[in-house]
Order: sequence, then structure tokens, then C-alpha cells
Amino acid sequence: MPIYYGTQIDSPLMLGTAQYPSPAVLAEAFRRSGAGIATVSVRREARGARAGDGFWALIRELGVHILPNTAGCHSVREAVTTAQMAREIFATDWIKLEVIGHSDTLQPDPFGLVEAARILCGEGFKVFPYTTEDLVVAERLLEAGCEVLMPWGAPIGTGLGLNNVYGLRSLRAHFPDLPLVVDAGLGLPSHAAHAMELGYDGVLLNTAVARAGDPAAMAEGFARALEAGRLAHGADPMEPRDMAAPSTPVIGQAFLS
Amino acid sequence: MTLTVNGERVALRARTLAEALEELGYGEERIATALNETFVPAVARETTMLEDGDRLEIVAPRQGG
Repeated sequence: MPIYYGTQIDSPLMLGTAQYPSPAVLAEAFRRSGAGIATVSVRREARGARAGDGFWALIRELGVHILPNTAGCHSVREAVTTAQMAREIFATDWIKLEVIGHSDTLQPDPFGLVEAARILCGEGFKVFPYTTEDLVVAERLLEAGCEVLMPWGAPIGTGLGLNNVYGLRSLRAHFPDLPLVVDAGLGLPSHAAHAMELGYDGVLLNTAVARAGDPAAMAEGFARALEAGRLAHGADPMEPRDMAAPSTPVIGQAFLS
Repeated sequence: MTLTVNGERVALRARTLAEALEELGYGEERIATALNETFVPAVARETTMLEDGDRLEIVAPRQGG
């Protein structure tokens, strides 16, 4: 099971907490998925609303690790300030660092991401950067102090799966001992299984579960797929080949023609 | 003085950030603050003086992906 910044987590699944039809469905999805980490955010609180306190109580009851994000931040300053506020609110040094570079694709701004990661690592944060699968950006993030990388599978909320399998495989090969998590873009359990078959340590998803017709069932589906993929990777899969090869023995076949 | 609190202009009597949060009714809520885009930790609220036109952001836990 994955170890992030010295903390072992009993599940490869990081599950988001947004977009569920109700708090009860959210809680049931977490229970059936066995997710070990919940992602959360900070947002403006209206006077007298006390919405934050209610959500905080719900999350505490889940009994999982909390990973706050900087979702929606488009600049280094925004992301750093948001991370600082999140650390105080959630009482954790963990931060899922998002610095969004494009409003259509919600893809990371790699330049701002590296700069923000350097600042936050310097302030003692344990940074989980939402990044692309770009190898050079990955190296810069490690130089900045990150000990986990979270490359995207596809743009946030698209459900397209792993758009660049080569890039993800390459990242895994270059950093065999680094915790790697596919973050964003997954739509089906098979996508999660694929990530684990590539040797990834986990996946982070939200929309695929929360927007499913039955979020709790989908959450369990993802959990089973993650386990299947993890077992397959550890079992040393066969190499694909272009030509067919019979699996049933040829020797001893009756001569009937 | 007049502050911009979470994007809305609000007239306050408060002189410090702690007084402003009290006046605005946040009390003991689990919140964090940023003044003029800079994080102000909870321990610094009582000593953080406000000025007319300051921009105050008050955030709380929310759902996230």
C-alpha cells in the first residue's frame, strides 16, 4: 500500500468529496470504497451560514486522512495563500497543489506549479502536485521538494481515462521508487485498473463516483478495479505480441483432415 | 471604516481583524483569513490592524476534488 511522506495509507484510492447528491451518499461511497484519503477545499464562508462546521463534522466521521486542495487557483500567490489557509483549517501539512494554467482544459500551469511547490515545501508543506505527465516538469517538482507526483490521466471531470499511457509509463520507469498517483480524468474502474497495471501507487478521482447513478456502487467498483490492477502489476504480466500463438498444445492433436 | 469582505463592501466599527470577525458574527467557527491577499494566521488576528479599503477573505471547509 502507498506511503506518502512517511504515512502509510491502507488504500490506493483518494476520493473527492464534491458533487454527491447528499452527505449520506458521500459517506456510503467512502465506506464501500475503503478510500484512505478524502480531498477537500476551502471556500468563502457567508456570515452566519456555518456551512463549514457541518461539512467538517461529516469529514471527521469518515475517519480518513484529509488532503486539502488549492482547486481553482490560477496564480502562485493564490495557490500559496489558499494552501496556508487550508493548513490552518484542516490542521494538516498535506496539500494537493493545483495551479491551473488554462480555463478550458484545467491543465496545470507547470511553471507556476513548480514555483508554488518550491515556496510551500520551504514552508514545511508536504506537497502533492497535480501535474502533467511531463518528465522534465516532474524532475523540477522533485528538485522543489515534492516527494509525491500526481500526473493527470485526462482533463478534470472528463472521464476520458489515461490519455497518454506512454507518458505515464515513462514517468513510472524513471521514478521507480516515487509514489505516483493518477489524478483526474478517470471515468471508469477499468481506467483505474490500467493505472495500477502500469505500476502506479493509486488514483485520485471524484466526478466518476459522485456523478454516477449509484455513487456507492461505483465507488466499490473502483476499489475492486484498483485491487485487480495492483495484483496484476505485481504478478509480472506477459508481454504483448503481434502474432497469434496457440495456448492449447499443438503436439498430440488428432489428425482429422 | 469600509472593508470588502468576501467580495462585498461592509461598514465596520472594528479596528482589528479579531474584532471584525466578532462583529461579522463568525465567533468560534472553523475559518481562515487572508487580508489583502496575504494569509493572516489565527494567532495574529488580535494584533492585525485594519485600514479603510482593506480586502478580507474568510474561508471555511468545503467539498473538493
